[in-house]
Amino acid sequence: MRAPRLLPDLMEFILVTLLKIVCVVVPVLTIVAYAVLVERKVSAFIQDRVGPNRTVPPLVLKIPVVGPLLQRWGIFQPMADGLKFILKEDFTPGYVRKAYFWLAPAITMVPAFLVLAVIPFGSTLGNPGNKMVIADLNVGILFTLGIVSLGVYGIVLAGYASNSKYPFLGGIRSSAQMISYEIAMGLSVIPVFLISGDLNLGRLIEWQGQNVWMVVCCPVSFFIFLVAAFAETNRLPFDMPESESELVGGYHTEYSSMKFALFFLGEYANMVASSAMMVTLFFGGWTLPGLTEPASSVAGGLLHIAIFVAKLLVLMLVFIWVRWMLPRFRYDQLMDLGWRRFIPVALANILATAVVLWVNAK
Amino acid sequence: MIVKREKLSFWERLYFPALLGGFKVTFRHFANTLFRGRNTGKELSGGYYPETPWKVADGYRGAPYLVRDQSGDTKCVSCQLCEFICPPKAIRIVPPGPNGPVPDRPNAEKIPQEFEINMLRCIFCGFCQEVCPEEAIFLKQDYSLTGLSRKEMIYDKEKLLALGGTHAGVQKWKQKLEEAKEQETFPVKD
Repeated sequence: MRAPRLLPDLMEFILVTLLKIVCVVVPVLTIVAYAVLVERKVSAFIQDRVGPNRTVPPLVLKIPVVGPLLQRWGIFQPMADGLKFILKEDFTPGYVRKAYFWLAPAITMVPAFLVLAVIPFGSTLGNPGNKMVIADLNVGILFTLGIVSLGVYGIVLAGYASNSKYPFLGGIRSSAQMISYEIAMGLSVIPVFLISGDLNLGRLIEWQGQNVWMVVCCPVSFFIFLVAAFAETNRLPFDMPESESELVGGYHTEYSSMKFALFFLGEYANMVASSAMMVTLFFGGWTLPGLTEPASSVAGGLLHIAIFVAKLLVLMLVFIWVRWMLPRFRYDQLMDLGWRRFIPVALANILATAVVLWVNAK
Repeated sequence: MIVKREKLSFWERLYFPALLGGFKVTFRHFANTLFRGRNTGKELSGGYYPETPWKVADGYRGAPYLVRDQSGDTKCVSCQLCEFICPPKAIRIVPPGPNGPVPDRPNAEKIPQEFEINMLRCIFCGFCQEVCPEEAIFLKQDYSLTGLSRKEMIYDKEKLLALGGTHAGVQKWKQKLEEAKEQETFPVKD
């Protein structure tokens, strides 16, 4: 029996979607803030340091045991950092191209959040029609690849708008790098969809739940996608556009305060988006072996969301760890890897998968 | 000399052994720091900076200060070599002139009327210590210099002498004075 409708369908759709957007964006921003903390802590531990362990609001230390522990873990550091960004002077150098200079940080950050729209972060919540995805597109992966490639414009624009040497070099590197890895990334996911036979990400997850995780079916695809994701998110070992040791921060050299924070936010939101994509494409989304049916209760739905977030956090940790493990590639090595290794391997991978599928179908 | 570069084997060119090695190293450090509480601060000085100041190694070049000799006299004779050698021009010396102060030490010719080091300019290169013929200026082990204004960071002669303390070493001019005295009472033989 259904409760009588209080709202017309369209209103309900809009309200539920808005609610979902809030429920995605707020946790993502929190994850971003705490990913920075984890990054600092992990880097500290890898380098025999202790990391942030001082920041504490007044009175928290009065709480026995928990207070000092929270301080030692640096739980309040992201809040202090955020506050600092708000209070800092937003300096715009006189020689920049103002309009583009203001536009670039936004263009970097928005695509990262747009990608999250098509990610199914859970099965259903409450009634079966209430899918846990903001936009249930039939061409989810095409949308994702299209939007992800928009991210580069922000960086290139920042490099151009800054009107000085290092950001310019950063922008150039960024565009070259993005172009080469975009192709490898796009080609690498084709086998996944050849096998599942559907471009909708929600149904891809259901397929993985019923059969097997894609990382088992096509490990080569996963590896190429992972490496390309590192390049797309400008993380080490492919942080050519930024490379703080050669380009003094690359494309965001001239930025300060909140505009710089937007780039920073964009980078980490990109990491979240890439991790979410990898969880969806290769690690079965919200499914676990033995837990593959869409949830029928609210508790089950929440459990699925928790599983998705847990997988996402593990991949985030991989992103963070690799940054402190590997040195930066040289520019030509990067290009060589992209064009001469990954693209042929990805093409061969597509062919091999297609042949196997064809033989099986006969 | 030409260093021959070894050809990488196929396995090495795959990049995976390097990945594995990197993970091993980083994981070892990560686990040691996180679970066994080992970190550089603790191991080098037994604590973290503001509470436990860092232990300075021998030969560390900290802030340059003026020193006194064992009798408590200013060693500097205002020769101005350090002022001339100082690459960032952080040192400024006012020589005594004809009517200036007389040196503390007997037998020394001059004493600086004013001796200033701008610690904001100083690059801690140690040239002043190397060039000083009187062993009057030394780079001590102070590494944490703070002040609330630029003016406060210009250390004058009194401050430099107070911070520098006494230097145990050869008292060149005292020895010369004693030699001169000996000359006067030297028993001349026929």
